[in-house]
Amino acid sequence: MATRDTTASSASALPPGALEAVPRWGEKAIYALLVTCAVVSVATTTAIVISLLSPTISFFGEVPITDFLFGTEWSPQFGEQAQFGVLAIVVGTLNVTLWALLVAVPCGLGAAIYLSEYASRRVRKVLKPTLEVLAGIPTVAFGFFALFFITPLLQDVWPGFLGEEPGIFNAGAAGIAIGVLIIPIIASISEDAMSAVPGGLREGAYALGATRMRVALRVVVPAALSGIVASIVLAVSRAIGETMVVLIAAGSTANLTMSPVESIQAMTAYIGVTATGDIATNTIEYDTIFAVGTLLFVMTLLMNMVSIRLVRRYREVYE
Amino acid sequence: MSTERYRSERTRLAVAGARARTRVALDRQPVGDVRKGGLFKLLLLLAVGIALAMLVALIADAVIDGRERLGFGLLFEKGSGDPEQAGLQQALLGTIYLIGGVMLTVVPLGVGAAIYLEEYADDTKWWNRLIEVNIQNLAAVPSIVYGILGLAFIVRGPLDLGFVVAAGSLTLALLVLPTVILAGREAIRAVPDSIRQGSLALGATRWQTIRHQVLPASIPGIVTGVILAVSRAIGETAPLLLVGAATFVTFKPSFFEGGYTALPVQIFQWVTRPQDEFRVIAAAGIVVLLIVLLAMNSFAIWLRNRYEQQW
Amino acid sequence: MTKRTLFALLGALALALSVAACGEDDEEGNGGGGGGGGGSELSGNIRIDGSSTVAPLSEPAGEQFNGEHPDVRVTVGTSGTGGGFEKFCAGETDISDASRQIEPDEEKLCEAKGIEWTEITVANDALSVVVNPENPVTCMTVEQLKSVWEPKSKVSSWSDVEGLEQDFDTELELYGPGTDSGTFDYFTEAINGEEGASRTDYNNVGEDDNATVTGVTGSEGGMGYFGYSFFRENQDTLKALEIDGGDGCVAPTPETAQDGSYKPLGRQLYIYPSAEALRKPAVREFVTFYIENSDALAEQAGFIPLTEEQKQESLDKIEQLSGGAGS
Repeated sequence: MATRDTTASSASALPPGALEAVPRWGEKAIYALLVTCAVVSVATTTAIVISLLSPTISFFGEVPITDFLFGTEWSPQFGEQAQFGVLAIVVGTLNVTLWALLVAVPCGLGAAIYLSEYASRRVRKVLKPTLEVLAGIPTVAFGFFALFFITPLLQDVWPGFLGEEPGIFNAGAAGIAIGVLIIPIIASISEDAMSAVPGGLREGAYALGATRMRVALRVVVPAALSGIVASIVLAVSRAIGETMVVLIAAGSTANLTMSPVESIQAMTAYIGVTATGDIATNTIEYDTIFAVGTLLFVMTLLMNMVSIRLVRRYREVYE
Repeated sequence: MSTERYRSERTRLAVAGARARTRVALDRQPVGDVRKGGLFKLLLLLAVGIALAMLVALIADAVIDGRERLGFGLLFEKGSGDPEQAGLQQALLGTIYLIGGVMLTVVPLGVGAAIYLEEYADDTKWWNRLIEVNIQNLAAVPSIVYGILGLAFIVRGPLDLGFVVAAGSLTLALLVLPTVILAGREAIRAVPDSIRQGSLALGATRWQTIRHQVLPASIPGIVTGVILAVSRAIGETAPLLLVGAATFVTFKPSFFEGGYTALPVQIFQWVTRPQDEFRVIAAAGIVVLLIVLLAMNSFAIWLRNRYEQQW
Repeated sequence: MTKRTLFALLGALALALSVAACGEDDEEGNGGGGGGGGGSELSGNIRIDGSSTVAPLSEPAGEQFNGEHPDVRVTVGTSGTGGGFEKFCAGETDISDASRQIEPDEEKLCEAKGIEWTEITVANDALSVVVNPENPVTCMTVEQLKSVWEPKSKVSSWSDVEGLEQDFDTELELYGPGTDSGTFDYFTEAINGEEGASRTDYNNVGEDDNATVTGVTGSEGGMGYFGYSFFRENQDTLKALEIDGGDGCVAPTPETAQDGSYKPLGRQLYIYPSAEALRKPAVREFVTFYIENSDALAEQAGFIPLTEEQKQESLDKIEQLSGGAGS
């Protein structure tokens, strides 16, 4: 770059406009390009909403929304006798999710508390990556595990007093598998929330003579509560949206029950089975895919927003 | 504590005794507390133990069930109706093609979006916040909804690509895009501002700063993010089912024509067949998939550790 | 490894992938040079879709044909007989697999789109009703079956079925195909008297007949129905009921299917190639191959083979539709 003789006194020697910014077209082009990239993300959401909306609207043109939301029988493919009460498959999903939470919340929270309050650095170094491995296992593997390991195990050890033993397709096995699947979500976010609790709070409690357990349960957990709840909400959202495990192991009977031993059909499994069978466009069965998909999308979206808000709260309080 | 010497032996003894007794009383916890504490720790260990046990059981079950067919034969045989002969050739090829397409799409888009959001976007503008919120929400949408999106928009609808590899790639790309953007943003954010300021002070333009200072420093983080996103895409089955990874393929796939299958989809189809031999190859397929994913994740972690810059 | 090397490696990988993708088509011609006789110049895509009952026959046909003619790509989908016809009449597929005959509605649809077709019988079938081996019941009449499967049926346990010889007080677990399935259509028509008329609270496996196998073998009170090949494939874990269609209990076997004594559940399986598809030499060769080798294929896949007359009839039909189209 040439040196320029610009002493303050000779400022007037500069041609007018010399110090103004020169538009660099390359920069503007790059900026435009990058904006496009970002906008694609918005476009995707919009696309999802649009793709779900039109057939859904057409569906509700034929089936009243009250029938859909409050009806209890789901058999949309049977021509004149078709019933469109989505509750049957929603309850199917909730059934599986319940058992999943029964497994995931104790184990996930337990792991989180252990990692945050009890574990030595060496143990942490081993345990955290292991949980990450668990998080990375593909869902087909969990489905296989549910059908070929958990179900036979349940059938073998099922105590008589609980009644009938589980059938080959049952909600319980799928629930347990999904529970294991979501443990890392609860564990890592809860642990995150717990480590955000200032050390000062803990130390103060110890100084007052509290035991480790008391500190964990009475000080840390309540302080990190919003983060913990956020993790559970996120885990529920994930469980609701899980497809492969229920598709493989939970069955395909739209069955309004919360029993773990019966075969049920989850919303995601219904979409999976129906869309793979590839019904023709513009039939009412095809539209059911979108109606159920919309319901699913709305449910998970709401949960996700709640969870984000909760996370923001615990971050704000301490940072 | 008084430094005065106590006058008599008796006083000294008394003081020492009192001190000792107080210390003991303060150190020792009530028996109930100790027991509860021990029990609690046991419960916690049990919780962790269950999680670990499940992990081990899952992997062991797959390895044990599939051990007969684990071997290079499995990798190179073509798919077939006959379980004794079936192999993963088409599935592996399909997955490779799909992932190639995903990377081609997701790297420019994701990194571009990340750069925009971190370097250019003004947080106070509503549209930028809208973009941010969108990305966060997209990350939580169930994968099957992306499948519906793919079916309605990419396979049919406006893009109308049909049931081809490109459609599958695009669908998967949209699925993992939020992850890449998130990882990219973290990586770019980690670069200290002083670097940027220094570059700008020397007269570089914004883009020059990004291109020569910020990006090179954040590449390892970005690459890690891409690898993790890709490994997620490899394991995804549900969206591919909807976008038409076909039932039965005996030939090599191509991007814009004809049917294809993918590793997890093939495994799924084998899992659903009742014959015992299919269970064996399904298990073997799962082992293959796990190995691939483990390799990728380890590579990503190694990368992160090796190249992580300490500022 | 420096960052530059890393970059270079990743770039090379991406490049390799895209080269593999583009270069793909060139490789195809070299594969399988040795194999079968003439006509390795045959090439093209053959898209087959439709019945999940016929698919286990079309798949090995496609596989073997591809073995002899590596440049011919055969895909077999299972959208169900109904779903298959929808695609077929929209021109999206070359051949439709069907486990029932084409219906007037579907014929009209094809006509509207200008799709000409011919119906080719490829196998016989004995639609089998299967139960768990623990189940003592051996034979059911059509009326009994109807009482279980008819719309709004309240039968929930084996003891509710009237007139059964054996005592079996176990809960019924029903497995059956979806409404797009030709098997569903055929069964409901033959047993319930009306196509599509069925109770709705059963395990709907869609087109995945294997799920019926898994389900019935896994539950003591299980009952399901599908094509004969699925039963034969799983004989050691399932039991097929004998059906009394008015003339006594008849078991599903190749003989009873071929001579018509297994009623009313004896039927034929078809493929419907379009005239336009048959104009393509690859398709014509494939369909001819299919019929000529139908005995071996049926044997392999557990299907009931064609009688000699049926075979000849099918071959004649192929001649007609493709011969008339020139070349």
